[in-house]
Amino acid sequence: MDLLANLGLGLSVALQPHNLMFAFLGCLLGTLIGVLPGIGPTATIAMLLPITMGLDPATSLIMLAGIYYGAQYGGSTTAILINLPGESSSAVTAIDGYQMARRGRAGVALATAALGSFFAGTVATVILVLFAPPLAKAALNFGSAEYFSLMVLGLIMAVALAHGSILKATAMIVVGLLFGLVGADLYSGAQRFSFGIPELADELNFVAVAVGVFGIAEILRNLENETDRDVMVKKVTNLWPSADDFRRMAAPVVRGTALGSILGVLPGGGAILASFASYSVEKKMSKTPEEFGHGAIEGVAGPESANNAGAQTSFIPMLTLGIPANPVMALMIGAMIIQGIVPGPNVVNQNPNLFWGLIASMWTGNLMLVLLNLPLIGLWVRLLTIPYYLLFPAIMAFAAIGIYSINSNPYDLYALALFGALGYTLVRFGCEPAPLLLGFILGPMLEEHLRRAMIISRGDPTVFVTRPISATLLALSVIVLVIVLLPSVRRKREEVFVEEE
Amino acid sequence: MTFNRSDLGAGAIFIAIGLFFGVTTLLELDIGTARRMGPGFFPIMLSGILIALGLVIALKSVAHEEEPRGPLPWRGLVVLLSVPVIFGVLIRPLGMVPVLALTTFITSFASARMSLKAAVLLALGLTVFCVVVFNLGLGLPLRLFGPLVEPWTRPIFGVR
Repeated sequence: MDLLANLGLGLSVALQPHNLMFAFLGCLLGTLIGVLPGIGPTATIAMLLPITMGLDPATSLIMLAGIYYGAQYGGSTTAILINLPGESSSAVTAIDGYQMARRGRAGVALATAALGSFFAGTVATVILVLFAPPLAKAALNFGSAEYFSLMVLGLIMAVALAHGSILKATAMIVVGLLFGLVGADLYSGAQRFSFGIPELADELNFVAVAVGVFGIAEILRNLENETDRDVMVKKVTNLWPSADDFRRMAAPVVRGTALGSILGVLPGGGAILASFASYSVEKKMSKTPEEFGHGAIEGVAGPESANNAGAQTSFIPMLTLGIPANPVMALMIGAMIIQGIVPGPNVVNQNPNLFWGLIASMWTGNLMLVLLNLPLIGLWVRLLTIPYYLLFPAIMAFAAIGIYSINSNPYDLYALALFGALGYTLVRFGCEPAPLLLGFILGPMLEEHLRRAMIISRGDPTVFVTRPISATLLALSVIVLVIVLLPSVRRKREEVFVEEE
Repeated sequence: MTFNRSDLGAGAIFIAIGLFFGVTTLLELDIGTARRMGPGFFPIMLSGILIALGLVIALKSVAHEEEPRGPLPWRGLVVLLSVPVIFGVLIRPLGMVPVLALTTFITSFASARMSLKAAVLLALGLTVFCVVVFNLGLGLPLRLFGPLVEPWTRPIFGVR
């Protein structure tokens, strides 16, 4: 069977010693940044992108992916042990996980999170294997009109699922789109917004934009009020859950996995939305909803499975359509472009090693993460107490070196400072940075497909609604917009995101 | 009359960015027609949308309460935003080692909790770490010592 052959190919790539090593390195780094405060996977992957340029494409993406899902594991550790989610997708885990820890069940909570994540990771890998190739095949028929409409849908979903104000999120996307246009125009070669500075003639360096908006802005936010972290659980014992615990977590893990797998594919929310949805589902389905908030194991098992499943299925649109579902996927696309691979439906045919190797590595990576997280938990607990003022100078140093090493271009560093300032200001004014980065990556593609579609149709804009797939996608965009703007949904949406704070 | 200053500020920034791109497009770029879009078509469309969004966001700020925010980290702002610029300006003449030590030392003082001794140790330690990992380990093409300091470092470290 094709599937087995493909899976075999993937495993043979993922099990090569150097790929195993870099997957391990990625998982280790991911767990580390998940545990450490003030640096998320987006900024880390952005900083490490330049360093992976020397590796071969499959290895580089395997390592970067490891960082991404490794951070989900590490983030839940801090959520459970010190009530501070290391990653936003672990925010819900903190509610019941921390309560479990306060009752001396920290070990069980950690094991539940790790085992649930592993189960979810395994299932999500199978889902990728099953659904990615047919989707890529379907996408091969996409013309420019379809791509344009697909990106519009993606961006609108990103707005709908972003935190906070819809208007602000939309504006952030447009800002990103505009900055994405700096540099030479694809069709006429005209210089745009480069003001005669040769260093700006190519385009703004997206690593600088990403690290500025996510990295520097995040450090500044942490410097607003520096506090020491208080670790209540100094030593974690009794890792293994009891038979009763296993019985209670089974159904939530399965439901969380299903929810996460579906929501992860959607642009915008992915892992974060999945964990919130799972928590509210578990609370509604529970026979003892009053236990939630006081250490219910279901409240850890469900969301943790959901966020890991979501993290993994968010690779589907990236690998098959070349469209990012979240900022990390946008960086993955950037990594492919740096490596000379054109993201899109052709990746599965032209780079089968990369495609299947990356998918298979997710399973080996998840296995490594269980081993990394449970037996080594003591080490991570000790890392929790590293003071922040020792960390951020290191982050800045790595960022500067990483960015400079891409093109040896000092302007990239000036862009870093500029986008750090812009990012922090906008975050302080209540805008989310994620839509900006999505817009920035999609900007050039969106324009290219818009213009190409218009040239092919000889200036007839109805091409977007007369081609059935394009029309369907645009109709979906309108429906999403209408739903989000409905008064009742708007109120509900605000509630969901307030609960998160 | 009350304003929500976050919304007002965000709106103002969006309008400013929209104007910046819009005016530049009008002055420098060919907009073309819908049939043959010039390099200015997409930017002018986006600038228009952004200015409109900015206006709506700014107008909606009127008569909304302000939500409380933490104090501005002035030290951090000044330090973190100038460090990349310092790094960019000095990396070519000085090379990676001196620049890294200097910028790390400066960065440390973004936090009010940093002591002089810790900053010096951190700068030295991090510089050694970065040279080992990035230069010796990963072989990134970064010059360790630039032309400005090389005459002094060459006798000790050789040409790097």
